[in-house]
Amino acid sequence: MSHYIIRRLLIFIPFLALISIVSFTIIQLPPGDYVDTYVQNLQQQGGTVNAQERAALEKQYGLDEPFPVQYGVWMGHVLRGDFGNSFLYDRPVADILAERVPRTMAIALAAILFTWLIAVPIGILSARRQYSVWDHAFTFLSFLGLAIPGFLLALVLMYVVYDKTGWLVTGINSPEYRSAPWSVDKAVDMLKNLWLPLVVLAVTSAAGVSRVLRASLLDELKKQYVTTARAKGLPEGKLILRYPVRVALNPLISTIGWMLPAVVGGEVVVSKVLNLPTTGPVLLEAILSQDMYLTGALVMMLSALTVAGTLLSDILLAVLDPRIRYE
Amino acid sequence: MSTGTKPEQRRHYTNTRGEHLLRRYQRAHRRRRRAEVRLSEASQRRLMWTRFKRHRLAVVSLLLLVGLYGVALLAEFVAPYGKLDRFPDATYAGPTRIHLFHEGKPHAPFIYGERVALNPDTFEYEAVADTSQRFPVKLWVKTDPYKLAGVIPMDRKLFGTGDDSQPLLLLGADHLGRDLFSRILHASRVSLLVGFAGVLVSFVLGVILGGLSGYFGGRVDAVIQRTIDFIISIPLIPLWMALSAAIPPGWSGIQTYFAITLILSLVGWTGLARVVRGKVISLREEDYVTAARISSAGHLSIIGRHLLPALTSYLVVHITIAVPTMILGETTLSFLGLGVTAPDVSWGSLLQQAQDVTVVANYPWLLTPAAFLVVAVILFNFVGDGLRDAADPYSR
Repeated sequence: MSHYIIRRLLIFIPFLALISIVSFTIIQLPPGDYVDTYVQNLQQQGGTVNAQERAALEKQYGLDEPFPVQYGVWMGHVLRGDFGNSFLYDRPVADILAERVPRTMAIALAAILFTWLIAVPIGILSARRQYSVWDHAFTFLSFLGLAIPGFLLALVLMYVVYDKTGWLVTGINSPEYRSAPWSVDKAVDMLKNLWLPLVVLAVTSAAGVSRVLRASLLDELKKQYVTTARAKGLPEGKLILRYPVRVALNPLISTIGWMLPAVVGGEVVVSKVLNLPTTGPVLLEAILSQDMYLTGALVMMLSALTVAGTLLSDILLAVLDPRIRYE
Repeated sequence: MSTGTKPEQRRHYTNTRGEHLLRRYQRAHRRRRRAEVRLSEASQRRLMWTRFKRHRLAVVSLLLLVGLYGVALLAEFVAPYGKLDRFPDATYAGPTRIHLFHEGKPHAPFIYGERVALNPDTFEYEAVADTSQRFPVKLWVKTDPYKLAGVIPMDRKLFGTGDDSQPLLLLGADHLGRDLFSRILHASRVSLLVGFAGVLVSFVLGVILGGLSGYFGGRVDAVIQRTIDFIISIPLIPLWMALSAAIPPGWSGIQTYFAITLILSLVGWTGLARVVRGKVISLREEDYVTAARISSAGHLSIIGRHLLPALTSYLVVHITIAVPTMILGETTLSFLGLGVTAPDVSWGSLLQQAQDVTVVANYPWLLTPAAFLVVAVILFNFVGDGLRDAADPYSR
């Protein structure tokens, strides 16, 4: 067991290194570098930069060095918690990350819980009554759920809610509560706004998850222990929930592996549409204005946390399911 | 006679139709036997096609998809206007109604002219139908010369009024008075073909890397598998967004388009590679592969000529399932303003106008590109589902 955990943790380290390399490549990809943008910004404000100052700047940021050296310098800073400066927001990137990334992660996790809340009952129902009207209806809905991109669902739901009630869902809190201290009212207001992104994110992934649960539950229901339990006269509801569902839930934990990346990515887009103060709008702004340090750092943090989440779910699965071999 | 038996069986005992029915059953049986004999020598591909044809939903979806692609390829001909044609009087004009009755009498399809009038209740200027002016909607209507698909010179469109003074706006117009229907058709070319272009790239990558990984095993396998693990465990959309930032703004539409395709397929190959690897591993110990190896066939020719043909059906299924992912990816990127940009259009970039709820609330027809998108993706999923059942040798 501990061997398995240690091995998974050891794989995690090269993954992190790879993520940092990819992120740094992203920073380097667009034509021009940080100094170019910096000089451009200065010139727009009326300042001038001569060649000497330019060279000094390039030396300061290590831009005259080859790629691996630059990466080393950047990584050294990152490990000390210094992600560089965002000239778009004129703040240290680390501050922006600390403010936005936890919110994205919290929404993503809440969305996954919400997904299960929707998907588990649907999965059980369609497996219990295979080929019934409900099963077909949910199958159709899951096809629809897979076909509608998150941003579209967010747009349409926002429009429908606005059209029917006049309530414009936007942000995490309504404007009047944004700077207010925490209170019951504020929490209620948050729920009023936050249900929409959660529903949007959950519906998209629930489509897939309920299919997985249905398939694994169908396999379990055919097994002999179910027949035995039934023959012994166990009430049907108790039987289903206590044995086959418990076994069939295990694959759900492993679905975190593919759900987490999808939900985090979806959150980025949905939060742009719904104007949530999470990473989405910041990332888009940063990309559009080529604020590459911010872009790279955001991609890195989101990826690293997602990979960490996947790792956790793997370990959790190994702890919960005694059938999994650790070799 | 118990009530549970089928009416045909009941009749069999009660009237003279029995003999007739028997003959019919025998004929049906013989037909089925013949089909079985024919199929017993059929190739895997033919079997798959026969099974696929039984899946009615999938067949209908396939036909509709072919139609959709046909319309996309002939966009210049089917769309009544060009993607950049503007009607300055028609900014945010709603969908034009096509009438079949004039003053209570049936009439060939036509649209009324429009004039602007002051609404006495809201004091807003609104477009009002002018029933004195009628513009017939004709098929095969003459227009300015253009080139179909950039090659074939044409001067006819599928339908239109043939008179630009009153535009025929099937799905309304956008903020510049451009016909949304025409723009959607032009956009579908970009959006639908990105799926195929992207799948083509990821197909090549997936088959080669998956094949190598499965065939050689060992270290090659480990490296490729860890790479796949890595790619599928990071959130893609932020990565796509960041990568599309690297597309130089000066690039032409086609160059940007190819860059986006590459970015999307950077990830698409992983799923295919896994499928190919699994299959190759299970096939490489087969006798015919050993035979090929003994006859001193090279590694590449064993993979290419002996292993891959055995997986064609799986590849076809996988491609069908992969296309909608690409389409959705492109739409998302373009929607965020990171993909296809003006003057080129895609479904995603058309939906960009609908980003604001207040705009959608006033001009709901701006959401119609989404309907095309959802329908296309659902059709692909249905076809993929049918193909998957057909390719599974254990299904029935």
